[in-house]
Amino acid sequence: MAEMGFAIAVSVMTLFWGIVGGVVPWFIPKGPNRGVIVTMLVLTAVCCYLFWLIAILAQLNPLFGPALSTDTIWYLWYHWP
Amino acid sequence: MLARPRSRGVSEATVKMCSLLRGEEMCLAQLFLQSGSAYDCISELGELGLVEFRDLNPNVNSFQRKHVNEIKKCEEMERILGYLLREIKKADISLPDRDVNPVTPLPKHVITIMEQLQRLEVELGEVTRNKEKLQKNLLELTEYTHMLRITRSFVQRSAEREHLEAQYEEFPFLEKDAMMDYSSMQRLGAKLGFISGLIQRVKIEAFERMLWRVCKGYTILSYAEVEEYLEDPDTGEPMQSVVFLISYWGDQIGQKVKKICDCYHCHLYPYPSSNEERNDVVEGLRTRIQDLHTVLHRTEDYLKQVLIKASESVYTWVIQVKKMKAIYYILNQCSFDVTNKCLIAEVWCPVNDIPTLRRALEEGSRKSGATVPSFVNRLPTTDTPPTLIRTNKFTSGFQNIVDAYGVGTYREVNPAPFTIITFPFLFAVMFGDLGHGAIMFLSAAWMVLYENNRKLKNTRNEIWNTFFEGRYIILMMGLFSIYTGLIYNDCFSKSLNIFGSGWSVRAMFENNVWDSVISGNGVLTLDPNITGVFKGPYPLGIDPIWNLASNRLTFLNSYKMKMSVILGIIHMSFGVVLSTFNHLHFRKKYNLYLVFLPELLFMLCLFGYLVFMILYKWLFFTVKDSRHAPSILIQFINMFLMQSDTMQPLYPGQAGLQVFLLVIALLSVPVLLLGKPVYLYWLQNGSHRLGMYRGYERVRRNSEEELYLMRAHDMEEGSSLSDFSTSGEHNTEEFNFADEFLHQAIHTIEYCLGCVSNTASYLRLWALSLAHAQLSEVLWAMVMRIGLRMDTSLGVLFLVPVFGLFAVLTVSILLVMEGLSAFLHALRLHWVEFQNKFYSGTGVKFCPFSFSLLPSSFEHDGLL
Repeated sequence: MAEMGFAIAVSVMTLFWGIVGGVVPWFIPKGPNRGVIVTMLVLTAVCCYLFWLIAILAQLNPLFGPALSTDTIWYLWYHWP
Repeated sequence: MLARPRSRGVSEATVKMCSLLRGEEMCLAQLFLQSGSAYDCISELGELGLVEFRDLNPNVNSFQRKHVNEIKKCEEMERILGYLLREIKKADISLPDRDVNPVTPLPKHVITIMEQLQRLEVELGEVTRNKEKLQKNLLELTEYTHMLRITRSFVQRSAEREHLEAQYEEFPFLEKDAMMDYSSMQRLGAKLGFISGLIQRVKIEAFERMLWRVCKGYTILSYAEVEEYLEDPDTGEPMQSVVFLISYWGDQIGQKVKKICDCYHCHLYPYPSSNEERNDVVEGLRTRIQDLHTVLHRTEDYLKQVLIKASESVYTWVIQVKKMKAIYYILNQCSFDVTNKCLIAEVWCPVNDIPTLRRALEEGSRKSGATVPSFVNRLPTTDTPPTLIRTNKFTSGFQNIVDAYGVGTYREVNPAPFTIITFPFLFAVMFGDLGHGAIMFLSAAWMVLYENNRKLKNTRNEIWNTFFEGRYIILMMGLFSIYTGLIYNDCFSKSLNIFGSGWSVRAMFENNVWDSVISGNGVLTLDPNITGVFKGPYPLGIDPIWNLASNRLTFLNSYKMKMSVILGIIHMSFGVVLSTFNHLHFRKKYNLYLVFLPELLFMLCLFGYLVFMILYKWLFFTVKDSRHAPSILIQFINMFLMQSDTMQPLYPGQAGLQVFLLVIALLSVPVLLLGKPVYLYWLQNGSHRLGMYRGYERVRRNSEEELYLMRAHDMEEGSSLSDFSTSGEHNTEEFNFADEFLHQAIHTIEYCLGCVSNTASYLRLWALSLAHAQLSEVLWAMVMRIGLRMDTSLGVLFLVPVFGLFAVLTVSILLVMEGLSAFLHALRLHWVEFQNKFYSGTGVKFCPFSFSLLPSSFEHDGLL
């Protein structure tokens, strides 16, 4: 169950940034700014995907859990699923 | 026909991309201008802004140049224009719209402009002087009126005093008679004189004392203040005056009093001898003042008319004079050819613009009606051309911040197209807050949408201009900050819970780890070892539960530090890879194997391996083995010390792999240090004979120009000097080897030590994002939460100023201060850590001769 959620998240993000960085550049019309726009798209895709990937990989196998105050625990017990 | 447009499009596109990536190809050209059409041709070139002129007469004093008289005339006209503009500004007349772009006037029209300006100057001068005279006159009459009025009150006062019978010891016979009673004085035979006038308020006490000391009681001074402020005719400032009346007798005393009055700059007016005379004078004054007022108004109206008429064309004149002066400056930089009929100018011109340059010269020749056209001739040269990088309004901001470090060397790789994305991204990593990013994005979007508003464009406020010029940079920074704020899950220091947290508190109770009755004020930690507590990583960013945890920073610090190191190493490797573009373009393929490869291996074997270890630990170490999860830092240090047996290995076979990588890295250092100098030395010595053979071939060529062109062509392609060395340069080659070796040694040390220090430098990404998050949290806890805690109806009213304070502090501290700080650090990371891997930045910027780029001294003074 946890793995499926992880797999969905990874595939969605990979697909999204893959399209932005790999597919959209082919559709940019030829003009004087084509090179700059393609560079921008590829770099954006790489940077944003990498940033998201680092965030999710850092949380994949947590070595310790959050320490909550008793009030917070009580609140979360009743309000979060 | 169909094929050609497309190929032109492709070549234009590649040309544009090449331009931003690398800079335009430039060439040196000679312009041959016929003397009759030189002025028009240069005017055409100034309008287009294509070329940069070189000074062909650098040793000539500016007073000895050919067109110094014309320039003096232009400066005279500028002086008159400055005077006109100052007068117009003083009269508060607004100038009309500044969209016009008048053409340069021909030399024969200059005389008419000059005459017009001189006439205007004379007229304005006369009218202003008249006005000043009238105003002075008016002031005198007003003072006279005040004096008469106030001295009348002296009369009335002393008339009352008669009854009081004040005793004056020195003048016992005066007690009964009023000072103003002349008949009784005449009876006594004494010649009583009066001096009356006005003096400045600040001087009256000194005046009185001086009078007493000099005249020793033979004078009587009475004075009273004038209620209204009168204008001082010299300075135009309001001053307070005092009306005084001195009565004295004796001629000598009179002269002394007059001298004292002169000394204190009093304005003296004749004192009327009788009441009837006084009334006549008052009447006369009143009519004269009225007349003066009318005349003064008419004069001011006339002055305003003149100025309004001048203001319609003053802006046109300013531009015309500016253009003329610029053209004469350029003409001074040209030299005459042998026949003295043709002007020669040397210009730097982009190769792609040579057809446009030709057309401009033809246009100029046509306009001046010359029979012989001017033409352009391309010159081969060994000088390094200036660097031209064409930008549009979006890319110019990013190009400016790259150029602020150093303009790129001719035809080297330009970091700007990559900076467009990496700079806002690194800024956003340090700034990462959804709410603040959204505010920044919206304010930049407002500036971008209203960028054509004239008022925004033309303000003189320096700070506003800086922000306005960088509006696209701020837009990108805001956009990326929104994304990183989403990933950090930080919006005004609160987290968003979009997908549901991955941690479950319920599971801790269900598994009987925690008692269902939790009491006390303690803090309990969730244990991911227990099933159901950790359900999987949050799909978009940091889990929202960490915002509620007290050990939040323990987790975030570890995450952000590792993230900074990973981003830093990837950024630096990208920089090293970009240097291959330079090596390939300048045809120094040996650099690829002797410089680029060792650099890349050194960086990746050591720091790339560090990234690998970080990723490995994240992926393969679960909470089950958390007790003995090794520390990456200790492992990394042990790798260098080659001590692998004391610690638990990260993965099997680690010791062997680490030794292997360390050996490769250590071997690449001597290759980097010695490879290039040794190779170049071997090339020069080994191909010594080869060079002579080639030299023999070349001597057989016929024209020297072809030789020149071939060498220039080789220069542009970037082949190294060693390729056409001759025997005569043997000594210089030896010297070159030592030079080359030293240069390479410095580069090696800088690179290897820099790898370590630059990687650590990227930790500022962690430090600043931590500071921003903490500041944001403190602001919320100390300001907003206090306002939200009051639950009475008074609390609603209280919340309004609390929110105001919160908003002001957010904008000033978190947006402006933190924004500037993160901007600066992101800039430093680019300038130092990224660019020192491939960028030298020792070029000169191309400054074309263009009228629109010339500054106007009037704008600088704030007159326009």
